[in-house]
Amino acid sequence: MIAWMNWTPTVAVFFAVIAGILAVMTVYEIVSPCTERKGFLPIATTRGDRLFIGLLSAAYIHLAFLAASDITLWVALAVSVVWLAVLLRWG
Amino acid sequence: MNKVPNNRAWWLVLPVFILVAFSALIPLMTVVNYSVQDIFGPGNAYYVGTEWFKEVLNDERLQDSLLRQFAFSGAVLAIQIPLGISVALMMPKSGIKASLCLILLAIPLLIPWNVVGTIWQIFGRGDIGLFGWGLNALGLDYNYTGNTVDAWLTVLLMDVWHWTPLVALLCYSGLRAIPEAFYQAAEIDRASRWAVFRYIQLPRLKSVLVIAVLLRFMDSFMIYTEPFVLTGGGPGSSTTFLSQTLTTMAIGQFDIGRAAAFSLIYFLIVLLVSWLFFTAITHLDKEK
Repeated sequence: MIAWMNWTPTVAVFFAVIAGILAVMTVYEIVSPCTERKGFLPIATTRGDRLFIGLLSAAYIHLAFLAASDITLWVALAVSVVWLAVLLRWG
Repeated sequence: MNKVPNNRAWWLVLPVFILVAFSALIPLMTVVNYSVQDIFGPGNAYYVGTEWFKEVLNDERLQDSLLRQFAFSGAVLAIQIPLGISVALMMPKSGIKASLCLILLAIPLLIPWNVVGTIWQIFGRGDIGLFGWGLNALGLDYNYTGNTVDAWLTVLLMDVWHWTPLVALLCYSGLRAIPEAFYQAAEIDRASRWAVFRYIQLPRLKSVLVIAVLLRFMDSFMIYTEPFVLTGGGPGSSTTFLSQTLTTMAIGQFDIGRAAAFSLIYFLIVLLVSWLFFTAITHLDKEK
């Protein structure tokens, strides 16, 4: 039924990780609801906002690596993960 | 007192979520799958990793059409927002004249995109079109099918004609929502016309304007039908905007993988800009 979607293992892992992050964040939110706060970002954000900003910038970080260099994307992934962690903690 | 909010109402969102999953999430997942493969036919696909993305990002044709797209959207906003505000300011406040103005303004908004393109295609022709013939009769060398500047001006003019009324209508409703007391206070202070605009009308229009800018940006950034009908993207590729480049790639050349990678990048740009606008809007609401 889903043959037309042409699933590849890479993309499956990608979406599974995103779904996993969303699930973990939902559980975390239920266990300890977050409040909006102001970090180093110019606007006050909730945990979900920071996650979204982190994921979106991760996409742009990957594209920048692809466009401007031949460095392996694992480096871009590492940079993104560090950036996401920084955002979630201090953003 | 530590109140725990009852979140059970979220279940009511489930039907919408299922609908969106079918209409957006699953197609999006499919596009992501296509973007990492070279597909020759059903069951005949090869995994190529991020090659398409690299190719698309370094493709000069696409970079050109992206720049062109930003230039077009920028020009659209730079013209339509001030023009829309001025039109709204000049419109009568009430009575039959106001209704007449509203109807006249709404007419361009009711015309379908491809018809707008056709209207302007004929309107701009030098032999049978009033606009083109008139300009030529005035001694101006105007030909939108051959001259890049003319083609750009015609596409811009068409979009201004089609969509400025939307900005004007939004601003008009914003202006009508300002209580009369504000103007009376300004009159007592002997405020100039400019001061009234700068310190009463403009701040009160802020939230309406953010919506107008957002709508006009999104629409102009995804523009396809009108320039496609009017100039077909020409002369050369001078009015080929992003969505037309994408369509040529996906349907014309059936280059599914490359088109998928390209549309994901397109999606990311739209997502970023919409998010910025959304944040601006919610931020404005909080300030109030």
